[in-house]
Amino acid sequence: MPDRRARQALGYAAAFVLALLMVAPFLWMLSTALMDEFEVYQAPPPLLPAAPRFANFPEALTALPFTLYFRNSLILAAATVAGQVITAAMAGYAFARHRFAGRTPLFAVYLGTLMIPGIALLVPRFLIVDAMGLVDTVAGLVSVELVAAWGIFLMRQYFLSLPRDMEDAARLDGASEWQVFTRVALPLARPALATVALFAFIDAWKALLWPLIVARSPNLRVVEAGVASFHGMYYANWPWQMAAAVAALVPVLVVFLVAQKAFLRGLAFGGFK
Amino acid sequence: MAALSLSRLVKHFAGGVIGVDDVTLTVGDGAFTALVGPSGCGKTTILRCVAGLEEPTSGEVRIGGRDVTWLPPRDRDVAMVFQNYALYPHLTVAENIGFPLKVRKTAPVEAARRVRQAAELLEIGALLDRKPAQLSGGQRQRAALARALVREPALFLFDEPLSNLDAQVRAQTRAELVALHRRLGATMLYVTHDQVEAMTMAQSVAVMAGGRVLQEGPPMALYREPASLAVARFIGSPSINTVAGRTTGTRFEGALACDARVGACTAAVLAVRPEHLVLGPAIDASRASVVLVEPLGPESLVRLRLRSGEDLVARVPGEASCRMGDEVGVRVAPGAGLCFRAGDGARLA
Repeated sequence: MPDRRARQALGYAAAFVLALLMVAPFLWMLSTALMDEFEVYQAPPPLLPAAPRFANFPEALTALPFTLYFRNSLILAAATVAGQVITAAMAGYAFARHRFAGRTPLFAVYLGTLMIPGIALLVPRFLIVDAMGLVDTVAGLVSVELVAAWGIFLMRQYFLSLPRDMEDAARLDGASEWQVFTRVALPLARPALATVALFAFIDAWKALLWPLIVARSPNLRVVEAGVASFHGMYYANWPWQMAAAVAALVPVLVVFLVAQKAFLRGLAFGGFK
Repeated sequence: MAALSLSRLVKHFAGGVIGVDDVTLTVGDGAFTALVGPSGCGKTTILRCVAGLEEPTSGEVRIGGRDVTWLPPRDRDVAMVFQNYALYPHLTVAENIGFPLKVRKTAPVEAARRVRQAAELLEIGALLDRKPAQLSGGQRQRAALARALVREPALFLFDEPLSNLDAQVRAQTRAELVALHRRLGATMLYVTHDQVEAMTMAQSVAVMAGGRVLQEGPPMALYREPASLAVARFIGSPSINTVAGRTTGTRFEGALACDARVGACTAAVLAVRPEHLVLGPAIDASRASVVLVEPLGPESLVRLRLRSGEDLVARVPGEASCRMGDEVGVRVAPGAGLCFRAGDGARLA
């Protein structure tokens, strides 16, 4: 018994250290967001602000048109979530349940795209979007985020894990293939859908490089780009940047907390955990 | 209701696996037929071909005289009850039962009336607002049955619907299904690996093995007059006793001996039902030692080992007069021995 308790205690201690490592950057971000502009440059840098400066938040969020940036990020995130959830659910179901010529090689190609780093796709994607005349438009901004191969993979795995009998029962009950998909398969796949939606939201919300390149006008700038603009070549306002970063984090935290349970269930199925 | 007829049905799976091998079968209008056989014998594949969930390689499926071989499941007017119930977990019992009506766009008032009627018939009227996860196995089975009943299909298919229930609920549901069949007069095709289930419920039983129907007929006809050793072995519990030997034209000679007018001298297998073994003094009879006595109340099972090494089981009324370790004589009741040709197992007499 004591052996088991000691092992358990060791396990908790290790988990605590790991959790601390994960949460430390966020705590430092929060601490910096409350510091004085010059306090951050002290050596050694202080861990906590001498006097918390909450004014950094309104100052940072009004120094640039963050309301507009938040709106743009929300449009990008909403379109990304909708696009990825719809395409991943439909393609995942087709790969899991329907027999068609070239199904396996096509799925392998989809999976193969996961190995290509996003940065390598930046230039070809830009050239395509430019050729379509979509540079500096909302359509151009969201166009490359509407389909996610990993989402298709996750949904396929989830659908494969569901018993087929329910879908067969629906077919016998008189449901068309579309009704089998929408009324039986999709409701059963809610945890996986929540996972795809959450990842899509987080990915879109923290997107910086693509929005920076494709959206040139300030009207289409997203939150991350706004946060980054506090950091110039010769000067950086760290407290303002961190204050904006904390504000940018809030929607992600809220969405995560709301969908946490379904998200973790979905992750476990996709083998992403 | 409608008759079902399968004509030369064949189903091959990828890799050359034969699921169904030239099966011709008729289930009369309002009849209750059971397909019974060991796992992998093709009985569920036949059911899925009838339902339209599987396309046959060749052959024909007719329901009510109409060729439905290539029709999608929704156009066959068939309802199926699955082994694991296949209830939709995100819907309530009422929504589950009403699902076939909803997708067929039945008027809501009419749909609600029929859902209630089906639920009351199966005595689950009080459970309509619950989700399947909140039901017991027996209740789920009833909900699945109600979903099948609600649209009054031409044909009911059952895919081992009782195998997930505990013994007591299974026996009760068995009786209820028979009563339901009588009340509805519906055509039913029932798949099971449990021969007791098939024997006690169906009017006609088809015994399957290796994708083929070995024999079809009323349960007691199969029990008394099996056409092959495989059928004789599959039907009956405890299983039929078998002893290898030879026929002399008028008798079977082996570890057990009995009259067998088969008119042929050949290597054969004698099969005797446990109730047709007569135990008595060891004079002029095969000798066996009593290995175990299992009293079941109205009868006892006596497990025996012949001197030649074969194991037998005898069913005797009431309490057995012998005990473990006793030496007894074993005879075959007159006219009760069934002889099968050694090798292919075909019936000799």
